[in-house]
Amino acid sequence: MTTAISVSGLRKAFGRTQALDGLDLTVHTGEVHGFLGPNGAGKSTTIRVLLGLLRADGGRAELLGGDPWRDATELHRRLAYVPGDVTLWPTLSGGEVIDLLGRLRGGLDPKRRKDLLERFDLDPTKKGRTYSKGNRQKVALVAALASDVELLILDEPTSGLDPLMEEVFRDCIARERQDGRTVLLSSHVLAEVEALCDRVSIIRSGRTVESGTLAELRHLTRTSITAELASPLSGVDTMVGVHDYSAQGNKVQFEVDTAELDAVLRKLTEFGVRSLISQPPTLEQLFLRHYEVTA
Amino acid sequence: MNTLVGTGSLVRLVLRRERIQLPVWLLVITGIVAATASSFAQLYPTVQSRQEFAATIATNPSVLALSGPAQGLDTVGGMTEWKYGAVACVLVGLMAVFMTVRHTRADEETGRHELLGAGVVGRHAKLTATLIVVFGAGLVYALLIGLSLTAQGLPAAGSFAMGLGIGGCVWFFAAVTAVAVQVSSSSRAANGTGGIVIGAAYLLRAAGDSSAEDGPRWLSWLSPIGWSQQMRPFADERFWVLGLYVAISVVLLATGYALVGRRDIGAGLVPERAGRPQGRFGTFGLAWRLQRGILLGWAFGIVVMAGALGGISQSLKSILDSSPQVAQALQQIGGQQSIVDSFMAAILDVIALAVSVYAIQATLRLRSEETASRAEPVLAGSVARLRWAASHLVFALLGSAFLLAVAGIAIGLAVGLSQGDVATQLPRLLGAAMVQVPAVWVLAGIAAALFGLLPRLTSLAWAALVVFLLLGQLGSLFQLGQWALDISPFTHLPKLPGGAVTATPLIWLSVVAVGFAAAGLAAFRRRDLV
Repeated sequence: MTTAISVSGLRKAFGRTQALDGLDLTVHTGEVHGFLGPNGAGKSTTIRVLLGLLRADGGRAELLGGDPWRDATELHRRLAYVPGDVTLWPTLSGGEVIDLLGRLRGGLDPKRRKDLLERFDLDPTKKGRTYSKGNRQKVALVAALASDVELLILDEPTSGLDPLMEEVFRDCIARERQDGRTVLLSSHVLAEVEALCDRVSIIRSGRTVESGTLAELRHLTRTSITAELASPLSGVDTMVGVHDYSAQGNKVQFEVDTAELDAVLRKLTEFGVRSLISQPPTLEQLFLRHYEVTA
Repeated sequence: MNTLVGTGSLVRLVLRRERIQLPVWLLVITGIVAATASSFAQLYPTVQSRQEFAATIATNPSVLALSGPAQGLDTVGGMTEWKYGAVACVLVGLMAVFMTVRHTRADEETGRHELLGAGVVGRHAKLTATLIVVFGAGLVYALLIGLSLTAQGLPAAGSFAMGLGIGGCVWFFAAVTAVAVQVSSSSRAANGTGGIVIGAAYLLRAAGDSSAEDGPRWLSWLSPIGWSQQMRPFADERFWVLGLYVAISVVLLATGYALVGRRDIGAGLVPERAGRPQGRFGTFGLAWRLQRGILLGWAFGIVVMAGALGGISQSLKSILDSSPQVAQALQQIGGQQSIVDSFMAAILDVIALAVSVYAIQATLRLRSEETASRAEPVLAGSVARLRWAASHLVFALLGSAFLLAVAGIAIGLAVGLSQGDVATQLPRLLGAAMVQVPAVWVLAGIAAALFGLLPRLTSLAWAALVVFLLLGQLGSLFQLGQWALDISPFTHLPKLPGGAVTATPLIWLSVVAVGFAAAGLAAFRRRDLV
C-alpha cells in the first residue's frame, strides 16, 4: 500500500505558540482519512504546511512522493484544496472563480462542473460579494470536486452547508473514493466522519493522540454496562479496566475498557445475570474523551 | 433616540483601534506646522527680509497655483500658512477619508459591523461614533496648531484661524466620506471617491488662486481647501468663513444619515449585476481583473488633473503677457518660458507623487490578497509564488509608467493645443513625465520589499511616501543637509521640462527599485503565508 501523505515529527511554532509539536500523520493512497481534533489543535496548520504555504520548523513531511515546500508547484497540479473559511474575490462571479481555480490545478472536467453546479444548486453568475457563507463554500467545493486530481485536501468543507447539501457532499466523496482518489478530510461533524472515513487521526495540542480505523479506535474505548444479578456482585470493582463502578443492591453500573470486556463478563455470569444492558461507545464519547484536555 | 444606542461604547472602540495612528497623524501634522513657522522665523527674521521674499512670490502665478494666495507674507505666520496650509489640508483630508471609511464601510465588508450591529446598537451608532472621533480629531488639530503657533509668539487670532482652517478640512472631508460610504459599492470605491474630492478641491483653488484679477478667482471659493486660505490667517482674519465648513458639513451629514436606512448592510445603492457563468483566465488574468478598475480610474483622474493643470498654465501665460512689469521682472529670473516650464515641472512632481500612491496601492494588493486569505487558494494551485507576486507587480511597474505617459500626453496636448504647438510640446512634456518613472518605481520597490520582508509593516510604504513628499516640499526650508534631501528618489530627477537630462540618476534609481523588489520577492519565496 502506498502512502499519499506521510508526516512524522512535524514541528511549527508561531512566536511562542507551539502550533505543531511532533505531529505524525499517514494517509494511504485511495483512502478517505478523517483528521480530527479540537479547535486550535493544529489541523489547519498541518494542512497549510502540506500545501507549502507554511514552512515547517522541523520533522518530515511528504506529499504524493514529493516535498510540500520545494515541489509545491508540481504537487499542486495533482491536488485540490478547500479551505475552511472561503473568501472570494468580491467582483468575480462564482463561475469565474471555479474556472480560475480549476485552471490553476490540473484542469477541470466541464461535464462534472456542470453536474456539480446542478447538484449543489449553485448559481455561477452571482458575484463573490453576494454569496452567503454556504454558497462560498459550494464554489470552492465545486472547483475542487470537478478538478482532475489525485488528492483532495478538505478543511471543514461542510461548515455552512445545509443538511441537504451535506448529503450531496457525502455522495460526492463516496464517488471520489470509488474513483480511487485520496481524501484528507478535516471535520467536526462526527456523523460525516463515521459515514465517510476509512481511517481517522485525532490530534491535540499539535500532536497525534490516536490513529487508526474507527473499529480500532472503538476498541480502545469503554463499554458501559448496566446489569441486574441474582446475588450481590463482588470482586468486579477491583478488576483491571473497570471504571465508575456503582452498586445498588443487586444492580450494578460501571464502564469497562473494551479490551477487558470478556474477562469482566465471565465474572458477571458467576453471579447469575438477570438482565444486561451493554452500550458500545458512541463516537461522541470517543471524541470527547480525546478532546478534553484532562483526558 | 434609539438609533444612537451604543454610540458611547463604539466611540471607545474606534479610539482603541486608532490609538497609534491618530496620535501619529496629529503630532506629525502639527509638528510640521510648528517647525515650518520656526524655520521661517529663523530664515526671515526681519519684516524687510520677508517683504523681499513676498515680492518674488506675489508676481509669480505658478507659485500661487501650487501653494496659495499671497497674503500676510510679511509675517512669519502668513508665510507658514502660505507654504504649508494647502499641503496640510490635503494630508488631513486623506486622514479623514481613510479613517471614516475604515470604521464604517470597511467594517461592513469584513463582517465586523454585523457582529456589532446584532448587539444593542442603533442603526446610526456606528457612523455617529466614527464621525464623533474624526470631527473631534479636527477640533484637536485646530487646538494643537493654534497653541503651537501661539507658543512661538505668533498672534493668537491668526494661529487659531490657521488651525481651524485645517480642522475644518477634516470636518468637510469626513462629511463627504459619510455620503461616499453610503453611495459607493465598496470601501475601496469610497476611499477613491474621497481622494477624488480632495484632488478636485486642490485643483479648484489652484485655478482660482492663479487667475488674474478679472479672472475666475471665485473658483477658490468652491474649494474647502480654498476656504482655509480665504479665512486669511495672519492677514485680517475672516472667521465667518468657518461657517461655510459647518454649514456644508451639516448638509452633507444630513444626506449621509438620510441614506443610511436606504441601503442594505454591505451593499451599495447600485445593485450588483450578474457576472459571467464561466471564466477564461489564469494568474495574470486574475491580477488584471483585480487591478484594472483601479488603473483605469487613476488614468481617468490623471487625464482630468493634467488637463486642468495644463489649462491653468494657459492662464499663467496670459497673465504674464498682460503685465509688462511682471514680464520684465520674470525675464531676470529666466524668462517667461522658464516660468511656465518650472510650473510644469512642479506639476509633474505632484503627479508623480499621485502616481506613487497608485504604485504602492497596486503593489500592496499582494498583501491585501494575502490577509484576506484569497492568496491561499491561488497558491494552493499550481502557481509558483514568484509568478503570483509578479502578476501584481507588473501592474505596479507598467501601470505607473502607463499613468505617467497618460499624464505627459494629456498635459502635452493641453499645453500644445492652447499654444498651437503640439509638435513641440507633446514630446517635451511626455519626456518630462516619463523621467519620473524610476522614482515612482522606487516606491513600488519599497512596498514590495516590505511585503516580502516585513509583511505586517507594509503600511510603512505610505510613511515613506509622506516623508518623500515632505522632504520635497519643506526640506530646503528646514535647511536639511543635502544628504537628507537625497533620501527622496524625487530629489535625483532632472528638472524637466527646461533642465538638462542626465541618464546616471535614472539608471541608479531603477537599479535601487529593482534591488528592493528583488529582495522582497526573494524573501516572499521563503516566508510563511501569514
